[in-house]
Amino acid sequence: MITSLQIFNNFRKFLIEIGELSYFTGRFLKEVFTKPFEFKELLRQCYNIGNRSLLLVGITGFILGLVFSLQTRPTLIEFGAEAWMPSMVSISIVRELGPVIFALICAGKIGSGIGAELGSMRVTEQIDAMEVSGTNPFKYLVVTRIMATTLMLPLLIIFGDTIALFGSAIVENLKGDVSFLLYFNKVFDSLEFADIIPATIKTFFFGFAIGLVGSFKGYNCTNGTVGVGEASNSAVVYTSLLLFVIDFIAVFVSDIFFEL
Amino acid sequence: MKNTTNIAPILKIKNLKKSFGDNHVLNGFNIKLFEGENLVLMGKSGSGKSVMIKCLVGLMQPDSGSIEIMGKDITKLSQNEFNDLRTEIGFLFQGSALYDSMTVRENLEFPLRKQKRRAEDIEKLVYYALESVGLAEAIDLMPEELSGGMKRRVALARAVILKPKIIIYDEPTTGLDPITAKEIIQLMRNIQQTYKTSSLIITHDVDCARVISNRMVLLINGINYAEGTFKELSSSTDKKIQAFFKS
Repeated sequence: MITSLQIFNNFRKFLIEIGELSYFTGRFLKEVFTKPFEFKELLRQCYNIGNRSLLLVGITGFILGLVFSLQTRPTLIEFGAEAWMPSMVSISIVRELGPVIFALICAGKIGSGIGAELGSMRVTEQIDAMEVSGTNPFKYLVVTRIMATTLMLPLLIIFGDTIALFGSAIVENLKGDVSFLLYFNKVFDSLEFADIIPATIKTFFFGFAIGLVGSFKGYNCTNGTVGVGEASNSAVVYTSLLLFVIDFIAVFVSDIFFEL
Repeated sequence: MKNTTNIAPILKIKNLKKSFGDNHVLNGFNIKLFEGENLVLMGKSGSGKSVMIKCLVGLMQPDSGSIEIMGKDITKLSQNEFNDLRTEIGFLFQGSALYDSMTVRENLEFPLRKQKRRAEDIEKLVYYALESVGLAEAIDLMPEELSGGMKRRVALARAVILKPKIIIYDEPTTGLDPITAKEIIQLMRNIQQTYKTSSLIITHDVDCARVISNRMVLLINGINYAEGTFKELSSSTDKKIQAFFKS
C-alpha cells in the first residue's frame, strides 16, 4: 500500500529531477552561444538523426495516410461529403496527427538512441576521457545532439506529412477515381498559413524536447549497464509525456494568435 | 633511487580530504611525484585510489587540500587554465575508454583537435604514437575490432600523443592475461624512456609494482600509510603492509 511518505518522496524526487533538467537546459543555452562551435560534429549528428530516421518516418507516414483515408472514407460517403476528403485529411495530418505521431516515433528511435549512447559513454568512462583530454564533452556531445534534433525533426515531420498525403492520395485514386493532380490541388487549396506555421513551429520544440531529455538522461546515467537501459527507457517515457504537454501549449497559443 | 630532497616535485598532493556523507574516503592524503619517477600507489578496493585520481584530473572536487601540478594549484585555476594544464597530463583509464564511434585514428586525433596543427603533422603524431605501442597497422580499425590488450595499447598511445609530462595509469594491467599484462608493463617502461614522462601508477598488481616502481605509496583508510621502495615495503614486518604483498 502506498503511504503518504512514499508519495511525498516520489514528489520530492520529481521536483529534484525537474530542477536538474532546468539546470541542464540552462547550461545548454549558455554553451550553445559560446565558442568553440562544433560544426563538424553537428553535421554528423544531423546526418545520423535525419538520414537514419527517414525510412521509419516514411513507412509510418505512408501507412498513416492509407489507413486514415480508408477509415474515414465510408463515413464521409454516408454524409455525401466525399469531396471533402483531401481537405480533411490534409488539415488533420498537417496540423496535428503528423507532428504528434512522427514526434512520438522519433522520441522512440532518436531519444532512446541518444539516451543509450550517452549513457553507455558515461558508464564506460568515455565522457570522462573527453573531459580529461581538455575537451568540453557537454558541448561536443550534448549541444550538438540537441541542436541536431531541433533542426532535423521539422524536416522529418514535413517529409512524413508529405508521404502520408501520398498514401491518402493513392486510396482516393484507387477507390474514388480522383487523380493525383486534383487531389493535391484540393489539398493546397484547403491548407492555410494558420495550419502550416504553428504546426511547423511546434515541431522545433518537439525536436528540442527529444534531444534535451535523451541527452539529460544519458549524460547523467549512473548504475552501470542497468542504468543505461533505464536512461534509454525513461528518455522515451519522459519525452512522450513532454511532447503532449508541448502540443497542448502549442495548440492553446495557436488558438490565441490564429483563432483555430 | 635518486635523492629528491631539494628537487621541486612535478605533482604534489597535500592534505587531500574527500567525504561522501559520513564516508570519509580521503583523510588527508599526501604524495609527491618527481620528474622522471615512476610512483606506484597501491590500495585495496574502496581505499580511495579512484577518488584520488578523479580529484587529480578534475573529475571530482576535493573537500579540502591542495593539488599542485607543475607548480600550479589546480583547485585555484579557471576552467580554461585547467584545460590547458590537462594537455600536460596523460591518463590511461582502467577500461581503456576508447570512443566507440570513432576509428583508432580518430581516437588519437581527438586530443589534438584543439591545437592548430597541420594535417600532415597530426598524421605523423598519430603514426608515431601508434608505432610506439606497436599498433600502426590498426590505425583504421574500430575499437570493437580490437582485443582487450590492443585496446589498452591504443589507449596508451592516445594518452601520450600530446607528449605529456605526467602519465596517470589507472589499473593498467587489470583484466588482462599475464602475458599481455607483461607486454603492457614493458610498453609503459618504453614510453617513459621515449617520452621522458613521470608516471603515477595506481595498481594492485604486485608484479607490475615490482617491475615498474621507483617508489611506492600504500593507501590505507584514506591516508598514505607507508612509503618506500618495493624492496623496503615488501620486506616490512607490518601486517597491513604484508597483506598487499602476500596476495
